[in-house]
Amino acid sequence: MEESLDTAPLLKEAIPEDRVSVASNAQLVWWRFTKHKPALVAMVVLFMFFVVLLFPAFFSIQEPELTDAKLAFIPSQSLHLFDGAKLRPWVPTVVGKRNPTTLRMEWKIDASKKIAVRFLSQGYPYKIFGLIPTRLHILGAVRADEQNRIYLLGTDRLGRDQWSRLMFATQTSMTIGMVSVALSIFLGVLLGGISGYFGGFVDLVIQRLIELLQSLPTIPIWLALSAALPRDWPPTRVFFAITIILALIGWTTLAREVRGRFLSLREEDFVLSAELVGCSRMRIILRHMVPTFSSHIIATSTLAIPVMIISETSLSFLGLGLRPPAISWGVLLQEAQNIQTLALAPWLLIPGLVVVIAVLAFNIVGDGLRDAADPYGK
Amino acid sequence: MLRFIMQRVLLMPVLLVVFSVIVFALVQAPPGDFLTSYAATLASSGSSIGETELQALRQTYGLDKPIYVQYLYWMGNLLRGDLGLSLEYQRPNAELIGERLVLTLALAAFSFIFTWIIAIPAGILSARHQHGPIDYFFTFFNYIGVAIPNFMLALILMWLGFSVLGISVTGLFSPEFEQAPWNLARVADLMKHMWLPAIVIGISGTARLTRVMRANLLDELNKLYVVTARAKGMSEWKLVLKYPVRLAINPLISTIGWYLPQLFSGSLIVATVMNLPNIGPLLLRSLISQDMYLAGSLLLIYAFLTIIGTLLSDILLALADPRIRMRG
Repeated sequence: MEESLDTAPLLKEAIPEDRVSVASNAQLVWWRFTKHKPALVAMVVLFMFFVVLLFPAFFSIQEPELTDAKLAFIPSQSLHLFDGAKLRPWVPTVVGKRNPTTLRMEWKIDASKKIAVRFLSQGYPYKIFGLIPTRLHILGAVRADEQNRIYLLGTDRLGRDQWSRLMFATQTSMTIGMVSVALSIFLGVLLGGISGYFGGFVDLVIQRLIELLQSLPTIPIWLALSAALPRDWPPTRVFFAITIILALIGWTTLAREVRGRFLSLREEDFVLSAELVGCSRMRIILRHMVPTFSSHIIATSTLAIPVMIISETSLSFLGLGLRPPAISWGVLLQEAQNIQTLALAPWLLIPGLVVVIAVLAFNIVGDGLRDAADPYGK
Repeated sequence: MLRFIMQRVLLMPVLLVVFSVIVFALVQAPPGDFLTSYAATLASSGSSIGETELQALRQTYGLDKPIYVQYLYWMGNLLRGDLGLSLEYQRPNAELIGERLVLTLALAAFSFIFTWIIAIPAGILSARHQHGPIDYFFTFFNYIGVAIPNFMLALILMWLGFSVLGISVTGLFSPEFEQAPWNLARVADLMKHMWLPAIVIGISGTARLTRVMRANLLDELNKLYVVTARAKGMSEWKLVLKYPVRLAINPLISTIGWYLPQLFSGSLIVATVMNLPNIGPLLLRSLISQDMYLAGSLLLIYAFLTIIGTLLSDILLALADPRIRMRG
C-alpha cells in the first residue's frame, strides 16, 4: 500500500487520492500514459492508421489496379475545401501536353478550371470485409467521368492512382508488422517462459539457440530467406512467408527479456504461495506470472512493430519481399527506385513519408507505454 | 584475461562450422539451381540452351551431386582458402570479393567514427541541458533518425543532389578512378565520396547512441559525488567531463558488439540504392541468380564479421569491467 501512496502526489492534480489507492494496474498505466502529451497525439495518429487498415477501399478513390499508360506521372492535385467563401470542395484540373522533343506527356495544374468534389460519394463497387457490397467512398468527383479524375497524390508510371494504392498498402504493411510481432510475442513468451521457468537443461538449449540466432547477420539472412521463396507463389502465401521470416528472427530479444523476468519472479512469494495452494504450472505461468509483466510486453512489442515495418519495406523495396500485384509501402517505393524517375515524379516518395509517420507514431506510443508500464516508478 | 580471450577465440571455428551449414542450407533452399535460373535468363533474352548442354554444365559444376557432397566440396575448398568459382561471373570468388570487402570495412569504420563523434557530444549536451531547447532538438532528431529507413534517406539525398545541385551522389569513385590501381589520388577520391554514404548508414545508430548516452549521463549527474563536487566549486564543464561522462560511456562499449554487425549488414541496402561497390549488391545479385557458392561465401563473410564484432566488444568489455573477467 505504501507504494501506491507514493504515486499519489504525481497524480493528484487530475485524480483524487482515494481513487488512486484503489485503482487497478491497467488504470494506473492509463493515467500515467495520458500525462504524456506526444504519446497521446501519436495514439490518435495510430488510430487513424487502424481505421484505414480496416476500410482501405472506402478511403480509396479509384481502383488501385486501374492502369492507364496515357495518364502516367500526373502530379498531385491538392484538395481545396473552400471555393471563395463557400464550403464547396474542389480540386484543380490537370492539363497534359506532349513535349515535342522528349515525346513525354507534361502535366500542368490548371487552377482556373475546378473539379467539384464531394465527400462520401459513390465510386467503384467493393465489399466491406468482403461481405457487404457498397459503392461508398470518402471522396469523389461530383460528375465522375473521364475528364474528372482526381489524383490527390498523383499517379505512377502506369497511371495508377497513388492515393488509392497507398490506402491498400497501409493495410498490407501494418498487418505484416503486427502479425509478425504477434508471432514473435507468441514464440518469445512461450520459449522464454519455458526457459526461465524450468531452467536447467531446457534453459541451456534455448539460450544457446537464441545466442546462435542473434549472432547471425540479420539483414543478409533475411535476404537469403526471402530469396529462397519460390517465384511463382501467390501473393497471399508470400505475405505469410514474409511474416514468418520476420518473426523467426524477431522473437529472440523478447524471449530473453521474458526469461529474465521469469527468473526473478520465480523467487517471489506469490509464486510460492500459488505452488503451495496446488496450482498447476501452466496456471501459475499464465494466470499469475504473465500478468505481472504484460504491460512491459505490450510496450516492448509496440516498439517492435516499427522495426518489422521498416524490414518489410526494405525487403520489398529490394524486390525480395512482397511483389506486385501485392501492394505494400515497400512495393510502392519500388517505383521510386530510379533517380531519373524521381526527378520527374518526386511525389512517388510520399509512401516513404507515410512509413516515417507510422514508425514515429509507434515509437512514441511505445516509449510512452514503457514509461507508463511501471506505475510506481518515478 | 588471456584465458577469457582464448576461450572466445576457440569457440569461433565451432560457430563458423554451424553457420556454414545454415548458410549452405539457405542458398540451396530455392527450388532449382543456378542453371535453371541461367536458362530462364537466356530464354527471356531470346536465346536458348539445349538440355544436353545443361546436363553437361551441371556435371562440370558438380550440381548433379547430392547436397552433402556439394557441401563437403565447398567446405574442403574453403579450408584450403579457396572461396570457389562464381558460376555467373566465371571468375574466382576471392577476386570478386577482395576489393569490395575492403571497401565494406572502410565504409563501416567511417560510419562508426561518425556515429561516435556526433553521438557522444550530442548526448552530453542533451543531458546537460535537460528539457532545454538543445535537448528537445536532439530528441526530435533522434526520433526522426530512428524512424527513417536508411534507404529512404539515401533516396532523398540522391534526389536532392540530382534535382537541386545537378550532381550524382552515387558510387564511391569518380568515373576516372573506378578501374584505376590504388594510389593516393584514388584514396583521396574515395574519401570525397565516402562521407555521404557513411552518414546515411550511421544516422540511425547515431540517434540510438545519443539517446543511450543521454540517459546514462542523466543517471550519473544525479549522484551525490557530482553534487559534492559542485558544492566545492568545481567548474561545471570539468565536473561533467571528468567522471560522469567516463562512467556513462562504459555501458556503450558493450553495445559495440551488436552495433558493428548492424553496420555491416545495414550498409547492404544503402549500397544497393546508392550503387556502392561493396559486398552488399554482390550478395543481392548472387542470391537472385542462385550463384550459390558466391552467395554462400558472402553470407559466411557476413557471419564472420558479426562474430568478430561480438568478440571485439567482449574483449573491450572485459578490459573495461573487471567483474566480467572473473565470471568468464
